[in-house]
Amino acid sequence: MIFKSILAGAVGLAAGLQFTAPALSQETVKVGLIATLTGPQAASGRQKVAGARLYMQLNGNMVAGKKIELIVKDDTGVADVTRRHAQELIVNDKVAAIAGFSLTPLALAVAPVITQSKTPAIIMTAGTSVITERSPYFVRVSFTLPQQSVPIAEWAAKNGAKTAVSLVSDYGPGIDAQNAFKMRFEEQGGKVLEQLKAPLANPEFSPFLQRAKDLKPDALFLFVPAPTAGALMKQVIDRGLTEANIKVIGTGDITDDDQLNGIGDSVLGLITSHFYSAAHGSALNQKFVAEFKKANPGMRPNFIGVGGWDGMHAFYEALKKTSGDTDGTKLVDAMKGATWESPRGMMTIDPETRDVIQDVYIRKVEKKDGELYNIEFDVVKQVKDPMHK
Amino acid sequence: MLTILFDGVAYGMLLFVLAVGLCVTLGLMNFINLAHGAFAMAGGYLTVVMMNRMGLSFYWCLPAAFLFSAVLGVVLERALYRRLYDKTHLDQVLFSIGLIFMAMATVDYAMGASPQIVNLPPSLNGRIEILGANVGVYRLFVIAICGLLTIGLQFVIAKTRFGSRLRASVDDGRVARGLGIDVTGIFALTFAVGSGLAGLGGALGAPILSMDPSFPLKYMIFFLIVISIGGTTTITGPFFASILLGVADVAGKYFVPAIGGFIIYTIMVAVLIFRPQGLFTRSAKR
Repeated sequence: MIFKSILAGAVGLAAGLQFTAPALSQETVKVGLIATLTGPQAASGRQKVAGARLYMQLNGNMVAGKKIELIVKDDTGVADVTRRHAQELIVNDKVAAIAGFSLTPLALAVAPVITQSKTPAIIMTAGTSVITERSPYFVRVSFTLPQQSVPIAEWAAKNGAKTAVSLVSDYGPGIDAQNAFKMRFEEQGGKVLEQLKAPLANPEFSPFLQRAKDLKPDALFLFVPAPTAGALMKQVIDRGLTEANIKVIGTGDITDDDQLNGIGDSVLGLITSHFYSAAHGSALNQKFVAEFKKANPGMRPNFIGVGGWDGMHAFYEALKKTSGDTDGTKLVDAMKGATWESPRGMMTIDPETRDVIQDVYIRKVEKKDGELYNIEFDVVKQVKDPMHK
Repeated sequence: MLTILFDGVAYGMLLFVLAVGLCVTLGLMNFINLAHGAFAMAGGYLTVVMMNRMGLSFYWCLPAAFLFSAVLGVVLERALYRRLYDKTHLDQVLFSIGLIFMAMATVDYAMGASPQIVNLPPSLNGRIEILGANVGVYRLFVIAICGLLTIGLQFVIAKTRFGSRLRASVDDGRVARGLGIDVTGIFALTFAVGSGLAGLGGALGAPILSMDPSFPLKYMIFFLIVISIGGTTTITGPFFASILLGVADVAGKYFVPAIGGFIIYTIMVAVLIFRPQGLFTRSAKR
């Protein structure tokens, strides 16, 4: 008797589930956000999640009659964890798209998964050129290192630097950055004396910096992932490179908004090229920064935060375009060629490469209202990644 | 060239202060404490908190870091480590690795996972010329402090009454106890000093090495290399091993940047092949 009633209950429950499940899937569209929330890259994950949540908070969670639900997963910065989360999100949670990826290896790890399952993956941070070529379902809203490095190479050559040395972290984006820098700098008649690579896990930069100093270049080009930048910049200053008349330049990663104040006044005047500064003058950015700070006390949005914002925007707009159809291929097609105003300025998804086309600014670290900011003073309009064929 | 040598020595000195406590517990007390780096991290983070949150001077942080880690060492020694002195080495390794993970999680929770930046006082910034070498003031400061510490330690262990009691307790605890030496007290004190030195090393290293929760694991490798090359029966062994490693690491990265990071491992492998008991040990005692 008892057994029978349990059975009946179970059948009833199963029937109920069967009935509600399709109804739910029509109403809710899930997006998986795989961010790095623990480990050395945790700062990047917090920014990304904050940016994505802020977008949903300000723009509502209803798109084309569907309710958007964001599922946040922590991949701890380890590629197989990213891949496992991607699989679970796609298979169990039936997400319409995944997003996030703080480092290049993490993005590359999901390439086979998204290609096979035809799920769009929006890259909010990782910056190696090659990622978008690894799967037709990758769409990038962040940046690529070559895209950021080329403008500063041009700027340095134009401003009297004849020789340069580059120092980068020894991994995908670093290699991309040094090669793009060298290519453009030498096209402009300069010479790169040496390309130094420091191990990614190594915080002691002094021998590399000393070598750079002894080579006596006009300029030293730097790239390291944002959370390491603070330690590097301290050692750059400590080593007295600026006193030796070496112009220190780099991509904006080394003067990341999130860390800039912690590095201290010694970086005043440092010139970098990047696509985003919290001090960008547009009305949209001012609103973005103000709301971001309100929602996350003690944090200033950086390029990763804005990547989270734009990733959500790309998905919202694509879903509007497909009128709520969550077919992966259709969503990716809808994102191709999309143009919108981001807090960073105007940006476009290149229809051919699915990579981002955007303005890259040349900025200088200055003090504003008692805080350090990257103040933009020059711009290269609508830069495409120079590495894609 | 001299600058490179100088940077290498400073780096090596720092490694020595960080690792010497481990040499003491491992060599003298025959206890494998892999969580040694956690005490260094405690000192480093105390410096971060004192300087960045409370605005205290860096000079105050150094003794504070020593005391903080030493007290932490005593508490843990009395509460936990003591129970493992007569356990097998495997138990000790498992226990101290567990402690590392707990320390990492605690720091991650309390301070966040991103690397912490320490801004030195102006008097320690900048560079000066010595003997034609352009050297950083802070590195000079590190060398001075670590040099003094080394001399002091060597003196205490070799010449003082405490030192001879310590050596007696280590060589044969039962007989030492029979002679009226307070072995338990001596071990506790030694452990505290070892942890304190790690804390001091962490504080000194905070401006150079980056402080993040993975510190104990990241530097455990360096400590172990120092000990395997230097041996654990003396203080001078690890000292020269640290200097050798520091100079080799810095010089390797300077002269052959492409493979610089591997130099220290190559040295370790070579040493272990030709002198498995360590470069500076007279003979394998145990």
